Amino acid sequence: MDMKIPNPIRPAFDTPQRDDTVIVNIGPSHPATHGTIQIIAELDGEKILRTDVHCGYLHRGFEKECEDHTWHNLIPYVDRLNYCSALINDFAYCDAVEQLMGVEITPRTKYLRTLLAEYSRLADHLTCIAATLMELGAMTAFLYLVMIRDYIYEHIADLTGARVTYSYGRIGGLARDLPDGWLKRLEDILVQYEEFIGRVHGLMDRNRIFIDRTRDVGVLTTADAIDLGFTGPILRSTGVPRDLRKDTPYLAYAELDFEVPVGIKGDNYDRYYVRMREMDESVHMIRQLIDMLPAGPINVDDRRCTLPPKPLVYNEIESLINHFKLIMDGPRVPAGEIYVAHEGANGELGFFLVSDGTGTPYKVHVRSPSFVHMGGASRMLDGYQLADLIPTFGSINMIGGECDR
Amino acid sequence: MSAAIFDSIRSQFGSLAADSTVSHGTLVLPIEPDALMGLAQTLKGTFRFDMLLDVTAIDWPARQPRFDVVWHFYSTTHKVRVRVRTQVGESDPMVASLTPLYGSAAFLERECHEMYGIRFTGNKDLRPILLYEGFVGYPLRKDYPKLGEQPLVNYREGFDIADRTGN
Repeated sequence: MDMKIPNPIRPAFDTPQRDDTVIVNIGPSHPATHGTIQIIAELDGEKILRTDVHCGYLHRGFEKECEDHTWHNLIPYVDRLNYCSALINDFAYCDAVEQLMGVEITPRTKYLRTLLAEYSRLADHLTCIAATLMELGAMTAFLYLVMIRDYIYEHIADLTGARVTYSYGRIGGLARDLPDGWLKRLEDILVQYEEFIGRVHGLMDRNRIFIDRTRDVGVLTTADAIDLGFTGPILRSTGVPRDLRKDTPYLAYAELDFEVPVGIKGDNYDRYYVRMREMDESVHMIRQLIDMLPAGPINVDDRRCTLPPKPLVYNEIESLINHFKLIMDGPRVPAGEIYVAHEGANGELGFFLVSDGTGTPYKVHVRSPSFVHMGGASRMLDGYQLADLIPTFGSINMIGGECDR
Repeated sequence: MSAAIFDSIRSQFGSLAADSTVSHGTLVLPIEPDALMGLAQTLKGTFRFDMLLDVTAIDWPARQPRFDVVWHFYSTTHKVRVRVRTQVGESDPMVASLTPLYGSAAFLERECHEMYGIRFTGNKDLRPILLYEGFVGYPLRKDYPKLGEQPLVNYREGFDIADRTGN
């Protein structure tokens, strides 16, 4: 049996430009990059001269698979895009389908989705900062942050039944309402978050080693960031307050009081700090939302997308057929196309949906922030030290699930 | 605010995009493939659509021409989106690359090229990015089988794919 495995990629360059430089391959499975990414780099000593970034090792045909399922059935697949903040994916996708169908969600669902989206953003930023700090050797800060993140995961599991891949969104509503005592525990976790985030600020913000590793490293200008299509914390770290929650408000964001933190230089330190500040804003928003959360139903009373109540399904032929058709054929979404973008934890998460009027999507395309960020990652890596690749890559927060789809 | 900017874009491109509509808050401009470069230059230069967010295609196998190529632009000044779409045929699916105008086009066009086989003239780097080197076919075209497999590393001898899929 021939054991030779063909090279899955063709590097953009394979001969050094000078006779004193060397080309090295980093990844796709490298202990210091959280995510399967392959970087071909030409080095002059320890300095990176140029890079060729390859992703795709986690490609699993998400968009192809979606074309073979009903609109409802692909919600679990959507979860697996950005698995650090899966609820944001759920809600962005459901929002897109609802707009295409002309369904307006109930007030309680609107506020609950906003709350959970911010809660997910908190978990995502905690993960990103924790991993970046750990890769720089800050083990204590990592454990503090991941401890809070795990409280959040367990807490969301109380609501959704799963720690990471929730499948909690529904077209026209949510899977279930809050369990008793959920909001009380939420406030407990927020208080603990504040205590431990204060400790992380104390450990990191003025830490000489951390500043030397991150300040003026991986610098990106606003013009470059916009040219490369960067969004989210990376764009904001360059100093522009571009945030979809403010610019084109969706869900309940128009009614909330929050700031959009921006950086000064667009370097790794700013990306760290923008994320830290955004988490504080998310907590501020969650507290407002707890007070604003109205009572009422979570699912719209619309038989085009919402399942009928179980007693009716058992006792009435119309509801039985309604249930059957929704499960077997899926909700009928009027023919058309729509692009809906939500502010994901990493940037603009856009869903471009095309419907041909049946219960199955004709096309589902995801505009994933991580993929676009990988397209421009070279701009942040070239010219710096090989060791700087670790904090820079960490601060981009590439999530393989949404990058490779 | 968005209505005003949409109106001025529509009047600027009057004949070029006669069938333009506003759909779910996004201005949709259907154009001829040749008009793309000029339209993108005007969008970026005059109307300050400084971000190219997304490039993708839609496959309509029964239709002539077969593909829609779709671009999404965003203006950080006006905070609105524009969708530009054009139709290209199966025999020569070719459109201009927007890499001279937008850095983000390079990666996005690579993905669209490998998934649908759309060729972007002017993009010098159309190597596969999500797929691997040597992949045959374009997986997001409707005629590519969902269960089609092209393993880069061969399965063990005696392994039958039908056992696993139940076919």
